[in-house]
Amino acid sequence: MPSLDDLRKRITSVKSTQKITKAMKMVAAAKLRKAQENAEKGRPYSEKMNNVILNLSKSITDKENAPKLLVGTGEEKVHLCIVLTADRGLCGGFNTNIIKKAKSYFEKIISENKTLKIITVGSKGYDQLKRQYKSYIVENISFKESKNINYFDADKVGKIIIEKFEKNEFDVCAIFYNKFKNVITQIPQEQQIVPLNEDKDDKDDSSNDNDYEFEPDEDEILSNLLPKNISTQIFKAMLENSASEQGSRMTAMDNATRNAGELVDRLTIEYNRSRQAAITKELIEIISGAESL
Amino acid sequence: MSNLFNIDIVNPEQSFISKDNVFEVVIPAVEGEIGILKDHIPIISFLKPGIIRVFSESEEQNFYVEDGIVEFKDNTLSVLTSSIFDLKDADKNFVSESISSAEAELSKDNIDDQKRFLLNHKVEVLKSISTN
Repeated sequence: MPSLDDLRKRITSVKSTQKITKAMKMVAAAKLRKAQENAEKGRPYSEKMNNVILNLSKSITDKENAPKLLVGTGEEKVHLCIVLTADRGLCGGFNTNIIKKAKSYFEKIISENKTLKIITVGSKGYDQLKRQYKSYIVENISFKESKNINYFDADKVGKIIIEKFEKNEFDVCAIFYNKFKNVITQIPQEQQIVPLNEDKDDKDDSSNDNDYEFEPDEDEILSNLLPKNISTQIFKAMLENSASEQGSRMTAMDNATRNAGELVDRLTIEYNRSRQAAITKELIEIISGAESL
Repeated sequence: MSNLFNIDIVNPEQSFISKDNVFEVVIPAVEGEIGILKDHIPIISFLKPGIIRVFSESEEQNFYVEDGIVEFKDNTLSVLTSSIFDLKDADKNFVSESISSAEAELSKDNIDDQKRFLLNHKVEVLKSISTN
């Protein structure tokens, strides 16, 4: 049985933890609004980019000479995985969910005897993966210094990917990130960006009109556009990720605050009971002492 | 019948402008300037460094772009670009910085002709902005 003093100390410590988690929740909520706004603002660009590429790839008739970024190298031996995570922890299952998704993909690749290469973006992903997959990690990028997510950073990652592709270092490239659905749910996503996978549902509704005029010709536009598209996809993933991170942190901290509150209530009851017990004991002692006189 | 159409200029971070009352847009495409009016045929093209001129009913707006893609379809002109600014609030320092970085790039030996052409063009456009 803890003494009264111990209980009091624990109550104060839980209360101060609660204060911290509450503050973190508030901060996350404020950041979330901004991140969400940014994610929404960034959507038109990537959507339009996708549309243009879709239209272009449909009008390409000569599939064999099409840019390799679009149709692939013809093999799929070396897989490059870009794992996008946060730079900070304390955000619930956010990082773990991405890692889990990525790991199951890694296992599949390894069991098929294909070569795996990993690039981690964000320090938390690197921390979690280095134990098991250290030998596969080829690069570890972190944007801790940049305060806001900007296109410039995404472009850097994009350029690394392109460079590796041109050196024939991989055949297939996939990115892993969390898609922001709402504050409570974030869905870990696996998206293949090289070669480009067309969504089936997009294919159907716009297949009737490909009467574009191109200037210069399709091939040249495509070979210019595809590298840009990679950066755009990375940027989109980073935006979604940052909104998800804040959302996830907000929920996690909200839960933590509530749990701390419950703990304080329980401890307070225990504290009051032991205090009452001590008083009763003293009373009994006094009364029985008086009776014996 | 009105002769107006829509224009959307977006950059990765946000939608830059979106108007539905323009009657002519002149874009600096790689193979020369293109003037676009209503009911132009669908076109996809690239931008080179230059000035986009947007003529709407009430005003004329000028934007400097570095690169990008344009798509015109169903009387909507979409411009995707990663670097754009309005000539009215052009930042003198930024312009001169871009000029010097482009010139530094030009002085390197290992650039191909196409890139040299684009850079030369960029310097030219930026200089004309800074003198105005």
